[in-house]
Amino acid sequence: MTVSGQGSAAGGPEAAPGNAARRAVEAVWRIESGRLIAGLARITGDVGLAEELAQDALVAALEQWPLTGTPPNPAGWLMTTAKNRGIDTFRRRAVHQEKLTMLSCRTPDGHDPIAALVDDNTLDDHIGDDLLRLIFTAAHPALTMDSRVALTLRCLGGLSTDEIARAFLVPESTAAQRIVRAKRTLAGHSVGFELPGPEQMADRLATVLQVVFLIFNEGYSATTGEDWMRPALAEEALRLGRLLAVLVPDEPEVHGLLALMEIQASRSAARVSPDGLPVLLPDQDRRLWDRLLIRRGLESLRRAEALPAPIGPYTLQAAIAACHARAATVQDTDWARIAALYEVLGGLWPSPVVQLNRAVAVGKSAGPAAGLAIVDGLIAAEELPQYPQLPAVRGDLLAGLERWQEAQAEFERAAALTRNAQEQAIFLSRAAELSSRHAPWGPAP
Amino acid sequence: MRYMILLKGTQPAEPPPPGLMEAIMKLGDEANAAGALLDTAGLAPSVAGARVQLSGGHLSVVDGPFAEAKEFISYALYEVRSRQEAVEWASRFLRLHQELWPGWDGDADVLKVFGPEDFAPPA
Repeated sequence: MTVSGQGSAAGGPEAAPGNAARRAVEAVWRIESGRLIAGLARITGDVGLAEELAQDALVAALEQWPLTGTPPNPAGWLMTTAKNRGIDTFRRRAVHQEKLTMLSCRTPDGHDPIAALVDDNTLDDHIGDDLLRLIFTAAHPALTMDSRVALTLRCLGGLSTDEIARAFLVPESTAAQRIVRAKRTLAGHSVGFELPGPEQMADRLATVLQVVFLIFNEGYSATTGEDWMRPALAEEALRLGRLLAVLVPDEPEVHGLLALMEIQASRSAARVSPDGLPVLLPDQDRRLWDRLLIRRGLESLRRAEALPAPIGPYTLQAAIAACHARAATVQDTDWARIAALYEVLGGLWPSPVVQLNRAVAVGKSAGPAAGLAIVDGLIAAEELPQYPQLPAVRGDLLAGLERWQEAQAEFERAAALTRNAQEQAIFLSRAAELSSRHAPWGPAP
Repeated sequence: MRYMILLKGTQPAEPPPPGLMEAIMKLGDEANAAGALLDTAGLAPSVAGARVQLSGGHLSVVDGPFAEAKEFISYALYEVRSRQEAVEWASRFLRLHQELWPGWDGDADVLKVFGPEDFAPPA
């Protein structure tokens, strides 16, 4: 299905009655598709088939509702229709297999999918577990990352193949192939519609959170003027994060990831200038930050921190983001706390990028010399040799120590390393500004 | 995109049936789990509020209750992918009233909150 473009100007194409009915179907689909596919997957034991049955029901609704009006219980209508399609499918398969004498098509373990489809009226009782099973199955480690993302957006977000393709800047055939391949892999590995066992739970949950965060970052990194489906991915990820927080309330990292996404999303309006250029955190107009998302993010962070389990990387990153969110101005930022949080994060997640961020926070709280020592440690260890942010951070710390000439050289190095034209312009303008500081004819500092 | 749903209704003499409150809580849980409901709260009758007016250059404050036939009852802020999705949540909400509180009349105004999607990207 296709959701038409942004805005819905009165009198536009959406005003036609057929379109209005179609958009009503799509609205119900967006709300119900995950629950529908999850319920069908439990009954049939097959996510791929469940997704196809749900799509069949969607097509039927798009054909019928514009003529008959939206039924009083649209979710129930979709479920009944999908189940009838499922019964037809299994009967056809039974005929195809020349098992005409059999009245049912029992699987070897005695499961009779037709009887299950006819009898099952218990959707609501299982729905939470079913959705969780669907999330774990769509993000199954047997699948490639691209397929996990595509299947998750397809099954949980109700996105069409076309929307997934536009969101990830790939041809529609590529997106379709990712989904087909995902279903085939699940079938080939005989992945049942089950929750992971307790011994696998931590790893499998980490995989799910990674898929959600990847979707978020894809949307968050979209730039102005790109297809609107790209930034919409950030909202899809937030929706998944909020669902997980309800389904898995006792896992701190679930709330930590949600907190991180809510707080990052709160800065959306401030991180691009009116002429479409990126605005870095210290330069953002904090009045444009979304207070509601900050409040929600801080509440999720509080829930993560209140749980007895040890705190993980998402919660720590959220705690760092919260330090910025709480500061009314850049000057109010609690850099000492940020530096301490980066130190803990670095212990859990040994990454030179984390150390570089710690260097920035230490530079702000303990002075540029202390920050510079951390950066020079990274250089001595030959970490991040091609990473433009490393010379940029070093340049900033050197400027803080009034070592203008060295600082200028670092920003020139950063400009040479980056592939982002906007970033390059920022680095070069810093370099030019520093050059005027130490040039004999330059203005007095 | 965000929509503010403002619920207005008549105030019958008797309190709402307990089943209605339960059904509203359940629908709220669903909307919350769907990641669509960002914020909601009930609104006290206008007798507890006031209206600040600017009329003909004259500023005045009038204490509630207001004279309108319908009182504001609640607000809900939704983050959804289309206006129809917001309309669908509002319809589900009013359908509960239709089923569980015969005689109650009300409106749910679905108002779009301006967002980045309303402003054209720079040329």
